Amino acid sequence: MSDWRYRFAEHRGTLLAALVFVAMFGVYVGNHSAGFSANVVQTAANKGVLLALLAIAQTFVVLTSGIDLSVGAMFILANCLASWIVVGSPAMTALGVAGVLLTGLVCGGVNGAVVIFGRLQPIVATIASGAIYFGIALALRPNPGGDVNSDLADALTGQLWGGIPASLVVLLAVVLAIWLPFRRSALGRAVYAVGSSEVAAYMSGVETRRAKFAAYTLSGLFAAMGGLMLAFFTYSGEASSANAATYTLNSIAAVVLGGVSLFGGTGSAVGAIFGALIFRTINDLLFVFDLDPLWQPLFLGMVLLISVCIGSVRLLRVRNRLDLFG
Amino acid sequence: MDGAAPLFGMEGISKRYGGVSALEKASLTLHAGRIHALLGENGAGKSTLIKIMSGVVQPDEGSLTFDGRDIRFPSPTAANQAGIVCVFQELSLVPDLSVADNIFIADPPRRFGLIDRTAQRRMAEEWLARAGAEDVHPLAPIKDLPLSRRQMVEIAKALARKPRILILDEATSALTAADVGKILAVLKRLRDEGLALLYISHRMQEIEELADDCTVFRNGRNVATYPAGSKSDREVVELMIGREYSHVFPPKPPPVPAATPPILEARGLTWTNRLHDISLTIRPGEIVGLGGLDGQGQRELLLALFGVLRGLSGDIRVDGKSVTIGSPSEAKAARIGMALIPEDRKTEGLMLPMSVRDNLSFAALDGLSKGGFIDRAAEERAVGEMLRLLAIKTAGIDVPVGTLSGGNQQKVVIAKWLMLAPRIILLNDPTRGIDVGTKQEIYQLLRKLADQGVAILFYSTDYDELIGCCERVLVLYDGHVGRELAGDALTEHELVSSALNMTAKPGTSAPAQAFGA
Repeated sequence: MSDWRYRFAEHRGTLLAALVFVAMFGVYVGNHSAGFSANVVQTAANKGVLLALLAIAQTFVVLTSGIDLSVGAMFILANCLASWIVVGSPAMTALGVAGVLLTGLVCGGVNGAVVIFGRLQPIVATIASGAIYFGIALALRPNPGGDVNSDLADALTGQLWGGIPASLVVLLAVVLAIWLPFRRSALGRAVYAVGSSEVAAYMSGVETRRAKFAAYTLSGLFAAMGGLMLAFFTYSGEASSANAATYTLNSIAAVVLGGVSLFGGTGSAVGAIFGALIFRTINDLLFVFDLDPLWQPLFLGMVLLISVCIGSVRLLRVRNRLDLFG
Repeated sequence: MDGAAPLFGMEGISKRYGGVSALEKASLTLHAGRIHALLGENGAGKSTLIKIMSGVVQPDEGSLTFDGRDIRFPSPTAANQAGIVCVFQELSLVPDLSVADNIFIADPPRRFGLIDRTAQRRMAEEWLARAGAEDVHPLAPIKDLPLSRRQMVEIAKALARKPRILILDEATSALTAADVGKILAVLKRLRDEGLALLYISHRMQEIEELADDCTVFRNGRNVATYPAGSKSDREVVELMIGREYSHVFPPKPPPVPAATPPILEARGLTWTNRLHDISLTIRPGEIVGLGGLDGQGQRELLLALFGVLRGLSGDIRVDGKSVTIGSPSEAKAARIGMALIPEDRKTEGLMLPMSVRDNLSFAALDGLSKGGFIDRAAEERAVGEMLRLLAIKTAGIDVPVGTLSGGNQQKVVIAKWLMLAPRIILLNDPTRGIDVGTKQEIYQLLRKLADQGVAILFYSTDYDELIGCCERVLVLYDGHVGRELAGDALTEHELVSSALNMTAKPGTSAPAQAFGA
């Protein structure tokens, strides 16, 4: 009985985000002219999956109480690279996909190495590395274009039996194959421990540097998956600086909405996925209720501010005011 | 001793931090199946010694042997793997993870490479039971547990690592009397199972009950090792005291008459489980000392007076009138006129990259501004005056304060508050880590300020300073005033024995938690 209470408390943020999403999505399809149809769901899924992958990427780093401002740039770099190499025969395409994902791992690994060995603050390190990654993307695709294997693209962005969006299945698959094992591994626990109290983790004999390195590397991997999916949706690559910046900021917003603490140590990628879906659904809601798109940033900003405030309620309980600054 | 080969030995260990020597050719020997108590006053080198044993700090010279072989621990992990586990005074628990996650943080039970949570929960329950903490739920997050439960978890975590040598550094300091009893029973059982235990505590009763051997440290050296119970309390204190240098202190004036109305009075200050019913009175011209071993609530008391703590109960009176101090900026306002010279000048006292000028005038800017703009000329005059008054050596007032020597930095911290002409000055160990010359200048300055009618509350970990500077000393123990020493009673012997609460009658030394949190 009381075991359940603790398990529930651990996942409260994630469950809350899931509930909010379901409610909002219900309102959205209820007011959509086409109603709850496979096409509406597929469109929503395809828009949501990109941000969800970036939110997962961001989650890894935020859990260590860091932040990764290069996720957007890695996403765009992967997109541009994919538009060159994910083409041709099935074997060539598979190699191309592996190459894109490997590039993401390397970019993330570089971030991790700079933060750990260069002892730079994550925010500075990833702004700088992000600019470099975006520069490479621009060199690859000075103008939008390129091509991807359309068979694979159609398979991953279309509908499966019963109208289930394939992109959602892809998302589910990576969560099952990567996030859940990570969460249950000693490495995953080390990542949470580092974010919660790096000193305590170090003093307990946890390999804190390995944990941080893994977090940044996995962040790069998921950002690259996002870039790959973007290429499959658009059949091309584009070094869009607007997209890089927007996706970076939105990934942070999604993480916060999904109940992942920016102080590190608590939250889950599943929560971040729902955070991403909530964020996208707010846009859609504004659309079905016919609000002027000019109001969108203001409305999204307010939602974000309110949810961050809820996350800071604990500070009201602090009894030594010096702890407010720690 | 029984003549068996030692399990662990340290020989000729030295460690210096900057110019300060923390350990000087120290040695220590531990035997399996025995509990070894480590005694010594503040700064005697106990903490450094156990940090070296547990791989947190590397010695400058000396050798370690384990099982008869030379060994080095480059990291805490290496020491853990060799079987040396330390229960640290600063807790090593990760707040957002559960109790079970913390107990097995470095080496969880695994199935198919993944953490086996069912097994982990079951094993955590077993270790909690062994540590006598059956009431702690293995899935509870650490951050929701009170300090005393966390400490029990810390001990369970240490046991789960199946150590061969277990180090306990003030591991019972936050525990209730009932918990202490359980822990002592557990430790005795571990001894009988053949572990070597190194036990550090400021509670002499626990050491008497538990220890087989004792080693006394003083000034970074081991000065005596003896079988427990072979020396009287008095002899133990004699071994712990004895300084190798003496400061020159300004002469003390005759005591301030008791009829003089006090500037600062506190009645029954209580805060969470760290402060219990503390009362004090300081008259103008008095320097009142705060003594006791480190971490007995001295820092919290100063913060409480300075308005930093929330949820403080009790009464603070300034000039006989009850006041509520809600923040440092209220404390420094002219109505109260209080200043706090903080413990760590680098984080709480100074903004290191900013200039000497900016740092010095920072607390007094209100008085140096006109219409919201800083009057640069007035600021320069005031800063110059302070530099002269405290003889601060700096290349100029616009150089970063971080470029000054430690002693001069500390003078800047003090000068910054003197600019406000405070009537009450609280000092938190202001001479730690600065040179002897500057220390003496600070003593002179404090006496001069007192002579001008300032009330001073002076916390120091250096007993010589308390004796040399203060009229009276309040010795804190577990968050309450254990004793007040004045006049002829203010000796190093009395300070040390009251810091260890040796003067308490048996049965009155129930830990502070008995008062409730």
